[in-house]
Amino acid sequence: MLTVGRTSYFGDDLEGAHRVSDQRNSTIRTLRRLWPYVRPYRARMAVVLSATMLAMLCGLGIPLLTQRIVDGPIQNKQTAALPWLIIGVLVLGIGEAVLFYIRRKVVARPAAQVEARMRFDLYQRLQRLPVAFHDRWQSGQLLSRGTNDLTTVRRFVAFGMVFLVVNTLVVVVGMGIIASLSPTLLVVSLCGALPLIVISYLFEAKFKVVARRAQDQSGDLTTIVEESVLGIRVLKAFGRGPVLTSRFLAQARDLRKTELNKISILAALWSVLIVLPELSIAGMLGVGAFGIVNGTMTVGTLVAAVAVSAYLRWPIDSIGWLLAETNMTAAALERYWEVIDSPVTITSPASPVPLPTPLRGHVRFEGVRFAFEDGREVLTGVDLDLRPGETVALVGATGSGKTTLTALVPRLADVTGGRITIDGVDVRDLSLEDLRTVVGTAFEEPVLFSASVTENVGLGVPDVSEASVREALRVAKAEEFVDALPWGLQTRIGEQGLSLSGGQRQRLALARAVVGRPAVLVLDDPLSALDVHTEAEVEAALRRVLRGVTALVVAHRSSTVQLADRVAMLADGKITAIGSHRKLLETNEEYRRLLSSLDADEVVEEEVAS
Amino acid sequence: MSGTVTPVQQEEEWRGVAAEEIVEISHSTGLRLQARSRKLLGSLVRPHIGRASLAVASVIGGNLANLALPLLIAAAIDSGIPAAMRGDVSVLLWCVAGYAICAGLTTFLRWAFLRVSGRVGQDMLLDLRERIFRHSQRLSVGFHESYTSGKVISRTTSDVDALQDLVEEGLDSLFNALLSVAGIAIILLWLDMPLASVVVAGFVPLFFIWRWFRRRSMEAYRGTRGAIAKIIIQFVESMNGIRAVQAFRRQPRNETIMTGFNGQFRDANVDALGVMATFVATIRLIGNVSLAVVLAWGAYRVAGGSLELGVLTAFTVYLRRFYDPFDELAMFANSYSSATAALEKISGLLEEEPSVPEPTSPVALPHARGAIRFSGVEFQYPGTTRQVLPRFSLEVPAGQTVALVGATGAGKTTLAKLVSRFYDPTAGSVLLDGVDLRSVADTDLRRAVVMVTQENFLFSGSVADNIALGKPSASRAEIEAAAAEVGAHEFIAALPDGYDTDVRKRGGRLSSGQRQMVAFARAFLANPAVLVLDEATSSLDVPTERAVQAALETVLADRTAFIIAHRLSTVLIADRVLVLDGGIVVEDGSPEELIGERGRFAALHTAWRDSLA
Repeated sequence: MLTVGRTSYFGDDLEGAHRVSDQRNSTIRTLRRLWPYVRPYRARMAVVLSATMLAMLCGLGIPLLTQRIVDGPIQNKQTAALPWLIIGVLVLGIGEAVLFYIRRKVVARPAAQVEARMRFDLYQRLQRLPVAFHDRWQSGQLLSRGTNDLTTVRRFVAFGMVFLVVNTLVVVVGMGIIASLSPTLLVVSLCGALPLIVISYLFEAKFKVVARRAQDQSGDLTTIVEESVLGIRVLKAFGRGPVLTSRFLAQARDLRKTELNKISILAALWSVLIVLPELSIAGMLGVGAFGIVNGTMTVGTLVAAVAVSAYLRWPIDSIGWLLAETNMTAAALERYWEVIDSPVTITSPASPVPLPTPLRGHVRFEGVRFAFEDGREVLTGVDLDLRPGETVALVGATGSGKTTLTALVPRLADVTGGRITIDGVDVRDLSLEDLRTVVGTAFEEPVLFSASVTENVGLGVPDVSEASVREALRVAKAEEFVDALPWGLQTRIGEQGLSLSGGQRQRLALARAVVGRPAVLVLDDPLSALDVHTEAEVEAALRRVLRGVTALVVAHRSSTVQLADRVAMLADGKITAIGSHRKLLETNEEYRRLLSSLDADEVVEEEVAS
Repeated sequence: MSGTVTPVQQEEEWRGVAAEEIVEISHSTGLRLQARSRKLLGSLVRPHIGRASLAVASVIGGNLANLALPLLIAAAIDSGIPAAMRGDVSVLLWCVAGYAICAGLTTFLRWAFLRVSGRVGQDMLLDLRERIFRHSQRLSVGFHESYTSGKVISRTTSDVDALQDLVEEGLDSLFNALLSVAGIAIILLWLDMPLASVVVAGFVPLFFIWRWFRRRSMEAYRGTRGAIAKIIIQFVESMNGIRAVQAFRRQPRNETIMTGFNGQFRDANVDALGVMATFVATIRLIGNVSLAVVLAWGAYRVAGGSLELGVLTAFTVYLRRFYDPFDELAMFANSYSSATAALEKISGLLEEEPSVPEPTSPVALPHARGAIRFSGVEFQYPGTTRQVLPRFSLEVPAGQTVALVGATGAGKTTLAKLVSRFYDPTAGSVLLDGVDLRSVADTDLRRAVVMVTQENFLFSGSVADNIALGKPSASRAEIEAAAAEVGAHEFIAALPDGYDTDVRKRGGRLSSGQRQMVAFARAFLANPAVLVLDEATSSLDVPTERAVQAALETVLADRTAFIIAHRLSTVLIADRVLVLDGGIVVEDGSPEELIGERGRFAALHTAWRDSLA
């Protein structure tokens, strides 16, 4: 994450100077990347721009015409032309109102749609980014990109972008008018404008850094809120709500400080933006009066120039707001592109190899290595051969890399060395779709989504039939309790629905793995949360599940191990022993230590005692 | 949650059926909601009245100085220049200097306003964030089990942001606009009463469009708040379940779902922007039509001699300025509607009363011994009809280790949750050392009773931070000792930064077994009188579990413990076994006794022994 030191506004340092030019480029680059999203609406945006400018012209025309009417026909009592002129004012007035309506009405859909489109793209990207990416990024940071940051973008498209163009145009035209009136007065007003440009330039760099920091801090705040709710049981159990609350408050105060910093930068900029045009008006008065005294300027010219300058006050004032919006948008977009630009490292190959038919389900690990991003290597050459239809149990000490190994088969992570094949085809040569259809998975921590039971079991199978859901539930011994739920298969479970016990969740996860009858099953400690009663039942079910499929089952218990045809022991990143449970118990000291549980010890002790 | 609880069939079938509050808002509830959110807003503003007045004062001052500017220009042109042409430049110089001073004053006061109001706004936001967070922490586990994390997140983030827009832009425009409108209105009335009556007549349609706008924009913004909450929930769930999403190819389905919510949010936003478009355009129309009417009538009266030309000129100039701030008022009204809709949601959360409240006059229990008594306890989960625990009484003397055995749904976890006071019993009471848990202060209770579940959530931060959660004041040595006691020291020390290693999101850096060890170390460090273990060793390998068990036997020797474990080996270290069936204790005795009795436990034990053979 970006960490930035405290910066005082408008004070500059060497390093800052470099950053200013870098950032300027990146601001423009970042904003330019917004164009493809806006492009489909360019016709509408053109309408919006035109409506805004026409409305401005109407707005300008109304007082001018009114003035003419008052000074002309009314003063001279020429009532004949009067109705027409007043109708003219009315038309301009109605025109202005209609153009206002058009501008806001027409910009609504593009702005909202750009936001929606970008959110969808972000979501799509996030769903495809590898698990390693998700482990690294705080969820609050991702969420704030999908919400706050895109709201900023929507606002920019709806207002900032339009007025940035229109107001700049108005200022340039206004300056042109002043120039045509008197080049001298233009010089005076440019004297005011030049420092304005310099200050805006400096401001931009400062403000963007702070805007970015505020957005990052707001993401961190979101992370804490999420953790405070997901970890509520731990917090309650230890009475540590106050600890997290003070951490939250510290961060909220940091955010407040950054926001205040933003405000003080803005306040300074705004002051400058207000005072400079005023000073140039005062200057014009002085210089103009001097010219009039010398006879080089007429009173009319000075009045007109001052009037134009006064009219330009709002467009110039609004530059402060527009600059702020633009920089906030650039910072938000930068955060957005960071995620969008993260490489999706796990993708289907360009020309995937079709799966051999009939599929035998022969899974081979060949010299498989895996290192985390920090270089820590957890698997250092795993060789394992799962014959078609065979069940292999994977055992190993806590933290030995069993879960990592199972994640490699459905490519939730990719090997960093060696390869894994199914029927001789490297899993990386299969399309992800095919691979993940063939490989059924159950995780140790079963995640349920807030949806119906059917939806949760049939996760990846579109339009799953009730029959196949029921079959899977039966296999996982879950049908009975599901039927006992208030609305059966239609009952919503998960965070927003009914909460289930650990054992029930685990059985649903098993059902999820077997629905659609995958040829290869990878089960990560599927029985860990089952109670003694259910375990026996699920084991019986599992035995049925495992018949006819190739399976790799992570196990901690001898009872689970006994479901397997063979047992592989993982230690120091390699398979150090493989064979039947009984044989390993007899021949392998470490295996005995790992698997001949307390249970067995005590049985032995008891037997010795009796 | 308030509202009638009835099953509601969702429009999206995949979400399944659940008991939910009714979403439709009738007129009277709408008013109640608005009153509730106004009250909240009022309570947020109140502490800052002093500084808010300062902000208002600087706006008034700034506007006055600003009003002087055109007068000074006029004076310069009308008298300064002619005087200068006569050779007397002093008047002109005074005008120019006065202009510069007033401009400086305007600027300074504007700057002061921005700073002061910015601070007030940020303090209000901080206050609101703090209130929501504290309140959410006070609410019981039962509440959070149904409210969902996504909703709390959307309350604390995107709903607060809606208020932020109001304090950042809304207040600014409100003060400026109201002042200009009021000032100009006075000038208009002073200039000419009859013409001013035209302007007043314009207020009639203005009033109706205002009423329409308030109603419609509230609807629209309620729509945006609801839709963004759904987006956030979907987002959070997908990211938390990313492994399952990817392994089961759920992406396309999720994308369809997200497109639906995203579309709802977009349409609600388009709706809100459309309402705003109509409102702003109508105000502008009313203003411009008034101008034309004033002009026509004015011309007629000037012709008739009942109105001076100069008055008409001034009137038209000011009338134009009169309607300009209405745009800003509309902006304010817009931010206000959006903020009100958000505050409605927030105040709803803040209104929730914790179902497990802190005692108002707690009984001090600084050194609990750990005797637990269930006295006539009954329990059913809120909103359900099934009694999980029918009336029962049970005495657990201090220092006893009790194992709870029974099938899924037998009520083991519920019993454990009652001991930890995650829930209060529906009838009867749970007593610690003879004191009803409802009368024990939370800090005392949590010091005395600690529960470890199989979920063992890890917070972002280092391993040491996570262990220290058990005792925030613990020194590094104490943390390491606790880790060593459960046998976690070795693997922690082997991590790249040892105890300072970042565990990453949800402890993703560690394996699930390692996470359980950290959770255990946390509980050991907390050193409670009563320890509740709910399937806390399910992910450990056997040697590790053995180490933990050995540690447990020492640790549990002098404290009360409730153990739910599916390993019979763990159960056997207990002093006493309770076999539960349908919430009823069907067997109660020491493991040896029960094994000898040929009841359920004996059967279980035999089956287990056979499985080992």
